[in-house]
Amino acid sequence: MKLSASANPGPVEDWRQGGFGIYLHWPYCLAKCPYCDFNSHVASNVDQGVWAERYLSEIRRIGQETEGRVVNSVYFGGGTPSLMDGETVTAILNEIRATWPLANDCEITLEANPGAVELGRFAAYRDAGVDRISIGVQALNDLDLQRLGRLHDVTSALAAIRLARSLFGRVSFDLIYARQNQSLQDWQDELQQALDLEPDHLSLYQLTIEEGTVFARRHAAGHLKGLPEEDLSADMFDLTQERCEKAGLPAYEVSNHAREGQESRHNLIYWNAGDYAGIGPGAHGRLTLNGTRWATEAPRAPNTWLKAVEDLRSDQRTALSREDQAIEYVMMGLRTRKGLSMSRLNALGAGTFSPNRLSELQESGLLLVEDDRLRATDQGRILLNRVIAQLLGA
Amino acid sequence: MTQLDLIRNFSIVAHIDHGKSTLADRLIQLTGTVAERDMKAQMLDSMDIERERGITIKANTVRIDYPAKDGRTYVLNLIDTPGHVDFAYEVSRSMRAVEGSLLVVDASQGVEAQTLANVYHALDAGHEIVPVLNKIDLPAADPDRVKQNIEDVIGLDASDAIPISAKTGLGIPEVLEAIVARLPAPKGDRDAPLKAMLVDSWYDPYLGVVVMIRIMDGVVKKGDRIKMMQTGAVYGIDKLSVLKPQMVDIAELGPGEIGVFTASIKQVRDTRVGDTITTEKKGCETALPGFKPAQPVVFCGLFPVDANDFEALRDAIEKLALNDASFSTEMETSAALGFGFRCGFLGLLHLEVIRDRLEREYDLDLITTAPSVVYHLYMKDGTKQDLHNPADMPDLTYVDHIEEPRIKATIMVPDEYLGDVLKLCQDRRGIQLDLSYAGSRAMVVYDLPLNEVVFDFYDRLKSVTKGYASFDYVLTEYREDHLVKMSILVNEEPVDALSMMVHRDRAEGRGRAMVEKLKDLIPRHMFKIPIQAAIGGRVIARETLSAMRKDVTAKCYGGDATRKKKLLEKQKAGKKRMRQFGKVEIPQEAFISALKMDS
Repeated sequence: MKLSASANPGPVEDWRQGGFGIYLHWPYCLAKCPYCDFNSHVASNVDQGVWAERYLSEIRRIGQETEGRVVNSVYFGGGTPSLMDGETVTAILNEIRATWPLANDCEITLEANPGAVELGRFAAYRDAGVDRISIGVQALNDLDLQRLGRLHDVTSALAAIRLARSLFGRVSFDLIYARQNQSLQDWQDELQQALDLEPDHLSLYQLTIEEGTVFARRHAAGHLKGLPEEDLSADMFDLTQERCEKAGLPAYEVSNHAREGQESRHNLIYWNAGDYAGIGPGAHGRLTLNGTRWATEAPRAPNTWLKAVEDLRSDQRTALSREDQAIEYVMMGLRTRKGLSMSRLNALGAGTFSPNRLSELQESGLLLVEDDRLRATDQGRILLNRVIAQLLGA
Repeated sequence: MTQLDLIRNFSIVAHIDHGKSTLADRLIQLTGTVAERDMKAQMLDSMDIERERGITIKANTVRIDYPAKDGRTYVLNLIDTPGHVDFAYEVSRSMRAVEGSLLVVDASQGVEAQTLANVYHALDAGHEIVPVLNKIDLPAADPDRVKQNIEDVIGLDASDAIPISAKTGLGIPEVLEAIVARLPAPKGDRDAPLKAMLVDSWYDPYLGVVVMIRIMDGVVKKGDRIKMMQTGAVYGIDKLSVLKPQMVDIAELGPGEIGVFTASIKQVRDTRVGDTITTEKKGCETALPGFKPAQPVVFCGLFPVDANDFEALRDAIEKLALNDASFSTEMETSAALGFGFRCGFLGLLHLEVIRDRLEREYDLDLITTAPSVVYHLYMKDGTKQDLHNPADMPDLTYVDHIEEPRIKATIMVPDEYLGDVLKLCQDRRGIQLDLSYAGSRAMVVYDLPLNEVVFDFYDRLKSVTKGYASFDYVLTEYREDHLVKMSILVNEEPVDALSMMVHRDRAEGRGRAMVEKLKDLIPRHMFKIPIQAAIGGRVIARETLSAMRKDVTAKCYGGDATRKKKLLEKQKAGKKRMRQFGKVEIPQEAFISALKMDS
């Protein structure tokens, strides 16, 4: 392989330390949730045949650039990917298998909603090769589910978990906490209920008011009352860590908890700064090609994306300097319990941060360096945005 | 040159909003001095700030030719004087330049405190005063009550007050006739050596410094060599004009006349209001009495919000100072606010006007530190120092005692608010000197320390009286009191920009208010931060800002890396507006809010 002559070529093999994954974005939902700022759209009529064709064409295009790489993970995200027909998922996975070799332990995840329509497709997904399901339960309380704009209730969520367990080897579900008028006790009870279901993996997110959402507008207008103040939300976070740890699901990332070995391999590719192909409207990717690491971004609007794929202009690419790469590695890597590799970071070049800043944060008990790993302490993780800003001099 | 008995010089005394500028506009209009199409509202207030605030800062003048009913044409010179206490000296000089005043009182309101002060200036200058009741077209107008009010409060016979409406033009011809009939003509000796008073001066970008004068004796002509008696400087007159209100050249000015000249004078600073102007040779022997150099009373720091604007601020201040001899500046460095200027002003309004002009005319964002007065420090070694900036306060062991300026404040207020006003004055260490009534309005006179007045007194007065009080003051004397420097410490580090001089008895209250305010203004850090107010080494108020407990993004996946990186860059940019105190970062906005005088 020939190294490109451009300035600051990234270490060619670097991505291998994080793995290689394929992310597929399905942009449609039955309804838009008021808190969600993901690239999701509601449409009455979606021609899945056309969509499948475009996904396949993208897989082939990126396959040519990354020939021979071993795929560690495939992830169907959205939107609501459980609205995809079984045939669509089958066609995509078949094309992926035909394009790249899959690792023996390759993880194939699909995000699903607990609605009745979606449940009917679970068997077809399994037959297509999906081996991990991540269910958007969000709350174990019907009133709050309604407030969050969800279309399901607790009963159907529990039914979805049961059905998924009978079909898939690995099942995870999401909950959103720090909701309106939720007390610490409320959350403790709900979390206990979740842990009593003995999941292998849980994603537990604090409700965040994201720009551009319905919640953001209501919040700005003063209509979203009863959201927890910083102290309560910190107590909730601490309680979550403690309870999950006790139940054998320690946090391996800020909001993700798993039994040993049940971590989401796909998401770890992001946090370990591996390579990933982003396919679908608004999907982001990171691809190391001929020694340059590229950030890729596809057009967000579904129809624009369909057209762009047809015209073979489906993503915009920006070359990442070594410094950009190092910053991303710090921002993502510090989210995980294991942290990041100092030698890998140093290989990207010195000067990401000054040793003084690091030692200050170590002295404050917020960061730790042990056996070549730089990681946030428990105290540091709950303040991670600040810690990262201070470390990187912002 | 006009013969003396055909000249009438006058000013208009009125409270803000009582219609002074509108009346001036009507006089100008009715006499055809300015063509209808060139009229703009409030002809004489030429600065935007003057027009906006309805106040006059610079003296303006207009020469009006008026054909009176007696068949003769008179020259009327109207000097529009500054109407604010900050410019009391300028007002007193303008009053000396004319022989009479129109006292304009709103017929629906009555005499206000500010009017009173200016009437006294007019009476001091020996003026003939013609009372004018304005706004008589308003349904709320009560001319009889207001006439009585004028007689009660000022002691002036108001029986032949002229009822007018400057808005509709009603009564304006009567005002013009009264000026001719009731005001005296000026006196003066044409053959005596030149003796003229410098009434005002300003900088014109095309002409340089323009000087307004009133001729007392003698004659001045274009080309004359003149001398300023205070500075001793000599100039040749390049241009001699009268204002109509635009400049119209004139061959000579004689006794009783008012006009302007230019003489290649570089800076307004080279001209002193109240100075006497005479000829270089064979000049007059004695100067006019009453000259006083400008004396700044209130000081504050002005700092650019963006440190990169320091040079721009320096330029702007230099330019403004050229045109305003009463405004003093020196460079100041603050750990909190960086490089800036310590500036001295004639009063709070003067401060606000200068700050507004810097921000608007020069497009600068400024931080203003808390206004402070000038303290007299009497040292143990027998020397005396002036303290302009609390940060410069020497160690107390060297100080024998401290004196602060006191004022005599006159407040006029409807009686239902009197209790609140008395309480406010007592709270501010006031001593009541007088309390009297005129109808349902009370007039209270208080002896107050100026430092309590520069600290949000106007705002408090306005809020407790719902805006119905009027207020005016004169500086009286310096008096000893128990004054201390209060420092503010954030995480044990003193924050210079927040230190202030306070009376010992008021220190706890002020300190508590400040630390509580700062606790809300400083963002939480990753550690807890003590915020303290202290006198010397003794802490008198303390709050603790608890440590930040949580700041972490809940979701961060492949699509978020780019976004997070952008956020970080934004944070880096935002850091420029933060000031570092030891380990603590304080946003500049926190200083701006903490220094606002509304706590």
